[in-house]
Parts: sequence; structure tokens; C-alpha cells
Amino acid sequence: MASLNEYLLVSGLLFAIGLAGVVLRRNIIVVFMCLELMLNAANLTLIAFSRFNTLDGLPNYNGLMLVFFVITVAAAEVAVGLAIIVALYRTRQTIHTDELTTLKG
Amino acid sequence: MPSYLFWFFAIITLIGGISVIAMRNPVSSAMSVVVSFVGLAGLFVGLSSFFAAIIQILVYTGAIMVLFLFIIMLLDLKTETKRAPSIAAIAAGLSLVIAFTIQLVGVITHTPNKQAPPLDQAALTAAAENFPADSGIASALTAGTLPDTKLIGHTLFTDYNFPLQILGLLLLVSTIGVVVLSNKSSEKENH
Repeated sequence: MASLNEYLLVSGLLFAIGLAGVVLRRNIIVVFMCLELMLNAANLTLIAFSRFNTLDGLPNYNGLMLVFFVITVAAAEVAVGLAIIVALYRTRQTIHTDELTTLKG
Repeated sequence: MPSYLFWFFAIITLIGGISVIAMRNPVSSAMSVVVSFVGLAGLFVGLSSFFAAIIQILVYTGAIMVLFLFIIMLLDLKTETKRAPSIAAIAAGLSLVIAFTIQLVGVITHTPNKQAPPLDQAALTAAAENFPADSGIASALTAGTLPDTKLIGHTLFTDYNFPLQILGLLLLVSTIGVVVLSNKSSEKENH
């Protein structure tokens, strides 16, 4: 079985890829997808730590609870975020972040 | 899980992630996210958290990415793909990634590596002592299997009962918020 550091390396690389996407992409929907990638990288770290630090011989289920909550909050966040993007598109006719420079509606 | 399966799923995850930011078409990006999440679910199975893997497939690739695809098709973004990416943004993104990766490798090479404690018959039977003898969790543990979903349910409804109810409230608030947001914008158009 792979060691803890290998899991942490993969998760860190996935987080870095997500971060790069947030910085260099200009399409707001793709930026949002990259945020999801970063959340999932954090989930991988949590699950790896929960498996490698056993509690009474079982994986530490407190870490998996956090993963469960992160996934649920991410689902709620995606619903609200996409509704905001649709509202934004209706008023501005663009989802290109370079053209979205003012907060006024 | 043997190590080569780990690297197989890790490479699927990372290639999916890279193609999310490399693809020009948002639909291809969404498909790459799906590939990346499927690889991630494979990694979760390797960490013997089967419930998280199934939830990853059902919630992320099944629900969230379909929602993304739905919005992409609703907004009809064909004209948005024909744009040259700015060099400053690419330089900023790449330098961020390189700095982050160097830092990551530096930290990982200097921390003690850890092997996973075994989840074999002896360890699981010992763990069954902490549960009532006639419970489903204890009988599955003494049989040598890890009842992942049952243990998550057990933790969720004992130690994390109050946060679970807060989470229900959060989902209710976000549902109402989405309805309010989409109503407001349609009202504006009517005026």
C-alpha cells in the first residue's frame, strides 16, 4: 500500500492544479470547477490522515465526518454559486472575469 | 491496494485536473473534472473509505457536474471559447504552481513517512470490543470486514448529531437562496 507522503503529494499537486486554474482561467464557470478540485484535494488529505492515524484499530472516523460535511457544503455552495452566475449572465451578458470589473448591478 | 493501482488512479486524477485548465471548451473542462473525480474515488477506495468513494461518484460526478453542464448549456457559451489567454495570467498561474510544488516537496521530504496500520482480522476483531456484542458493526468486524458505512452512520448520529442538523438547516437556506436569486433576476427582466 502507498505511504502517507505519496497521498499527500498527489493531494497537494491536485490543489496546486486547482489554484493555477483559479488564477489563469478567465471563464468564471471553469474557475468554479477549479474551486471544486481544490475542495476535493482537501478531502483526499482528510481521508488519508484518517486512514493512517487509526483510532482503536479503526480508521479515525472524525476525519471522514469532516469529508462528509465538506461534500454537503460543496453541494450547497455549487447550487448558490451557479444561481449567482446565471443572474450575473442575465444582467451583464458575459461570464468573462476580465469584463466583470464593477460590483454595481 | 497494491501501489501500482494507487499510481494508476493518481495519474488519472492529475491528468484530469491538468486538462480542466488546458481545455478551451467549458464542456470539455467539465468532462475532465468528471475524469478527475472518478480517479479520486478510486484513491478513496484504496484508503478503504468506500462510503466516501460512492458519495464522490454519486454527488460530485452525478449531481454537481451535471448541474455544471446544465448551466454551461443554458448560457450557450460558444463565443466565450475563442479568446487568447493572456501571457501574464499564464505566467502567474505557472509560477504559483511551481512555487507551491517546490514547497510541498520540501515539506514532504522532511517529514517522517508513515505506513498504513493494517486493517486485518486481528485488528478488526480487537476493535469490535468497543461495540455492543449483538450489534451489526461488531458482527461485521469479527467477521473480518470493515463496515465503513455503518461506522460512519454510527459516528454521525452519536457524536455529530447536532452538526448534522445544522447541515440540514444549511441545505434549506441554500435551497431558499437559489429560489430567491433566480426569482429576482426574472422580475428585473419584466420591468
